[in-house]
Amino acid sequence: MPVLDKYAALAAQYRQLEEAGANPFNVKFDEVLSPTEAMIGGRKTLLLGTNNYLGLTYDPAVVEAANAATSASGSGTTGSRIANGSYGGHARLEAALADFYGRRLGMVFSTGYQANLGIISALAGKGDHLLLDADSHASIYDGSRLGYAQVTRFRHNSPDDLATRLRRLKDEPGEKIVIVEGIYSMLGDTAPLKEFAAVKREYGACLVVDEAHSLGVLGETGRGLAEQAGVEADCDFIVGTFSKSLAGVGGFAVTDMEGAEILRVVSRPYMFTASLPPANIAATEAALQQLRARPDLRRRLNENALRLYRGLERLGFELGPEPSPVVSAIMPTPEAAFGLWAALLKAGLYTNVSLPPATPRGLALLRSSVSAAHSPAQIDHAIALFAETGKGLGLANAAPALAAAK
Amino acid sequence: MSEGAIRNQMTDQTNEVRDIIFGTLQAALPQARPLSGDTRIIEDLGLDSVAVMDFVMEIEDKLDISVPLDKIAEVETLGDLVATVQRLKQAA
Repeated sequence: MPVLDKYAALAAQYRQLEEAGANPFNVKFDEVLSPTEAMIGGRKTLLLGTNNYLGLTYDPAVVEAANAATSASGSGTTGSRIANGSYGGHARLEAALADFYGRRLGMVFSTGYQANLGIISALAGKGDHLLLDADSHASIYDGSRLGYAQVTRFRHNSPDDLATRLRRLKDEPGEKIVIVEGIYSMLGDTAPLKEFAAVKREYGACLVVDEAHSLGVLGETGRGLAEQAGVEADCDFIVGTFSKSLAGVGGFAVTDMEGAEILRVVSRPYMFTASLPPANIAATEAALQQLRARPDLRRRLNENALRLYRGLERLGFELGPEPSPVVSAIMPTPEAAFGLWAALLKAGLYTNVSLPPATPRGLALLRSSVSAAHSPAQIDHAIALFAETGKGLGLANAAPALAAAK
Repeated sequence: MSEGAIRNQMTDQTNEVRDIIFGTLQAALPQARPLSGDTRIIEDLGLDSVAVMDFVMEIEDKLDISVPLDKIAEVETLGDLVATVQRLKQAA
């Protein structure tokens, strides 16, 4: 049957990667040893691409909470949030998130992807206008297709372009909803949120900020970019995920908006999927407590991020525009990205390959993400492996590093 | 304005839109390619979905219009794009 014929060209590329025995999109972790190490292909491998920002996946309090919740409440809810799938734990976690953000309402979704789908599709209805940052995550684009609003994208991180587009819509009826992210997952850059907030105020738009990669990373108490930029009051909805700093799976939204409870019965991605199992909910609540109680995790994370960023910069790699826990090296071609990725893995370092159209401006990226759980020695070891393999492939210029070492 | 004059003005506008789209696209392509109204943007030019949206953004700036994503999704050929942009420009 020819239903898959449309993927022929892509399938050929995928086959090539499989045959080369180095497919970055199909890596199996045979055994995970800790937040920073796993066995891959029989080899102990340093993990530098798992978005485990605070390193809480093996935290004793988090693991214990999961175990206790499974024993007490069972392995799964076998139901959706609006039927039989809302337990006390779901409500407690929603209250804990609302408390952390100082907002009236918290809502828990089954994945971060669904949180974006659920909030965006419910806020932007027929006749409304959605304005997305051009570099938005796939879940934001997909959410925009799930609703019936008119969707346009503005230039990445350009408050001026957003203003231009809101001006064009000035006399159009319908609500204007703007979506930006805290830290962008591909290049690790942050949004100019203060400036976006000013534009939002000027045009009376609704502002949604996805803090998936900035929760636990930025801000005085780890609430994210909105906190760091001092514009939380302008951010009508904060959306985020449990699968990065909070070491589980799931997504959430918090808001102060009057009447937002109605979203529970209009947001289809909230309503028509199974709710998170008790273990995951309890572990996430425990991880949130750790995030709040241990600001040292955030400090260590950002020190590691800066260490890796500066290290790769010294090696001559072209990186994203600012240091953050996402550190991406811009590769000349997808082949170079595959080559470096495979060489690093062979040397015992796991990273990610990111390719267009998932990346901005057609860039091929060798993407790393650091954790608070990495020791400075592990980061230095990773940099040394980048130096060795990158030099061998002609991708890194080792001279500046040697000069710096002297 | 007579009917003929209106028609002429519309033709001028279509030509202007066409020139801007073709010129912008030529500048964005890695090498010069023959372009026509029948050129299929994704299949013939090898652009991915994000590259198409980025290229449309250039046109939006030049003509001071916004092209909604569902309208871009409907476009297959350069001729379709000229017609879509022309309609939006007239409505603006």
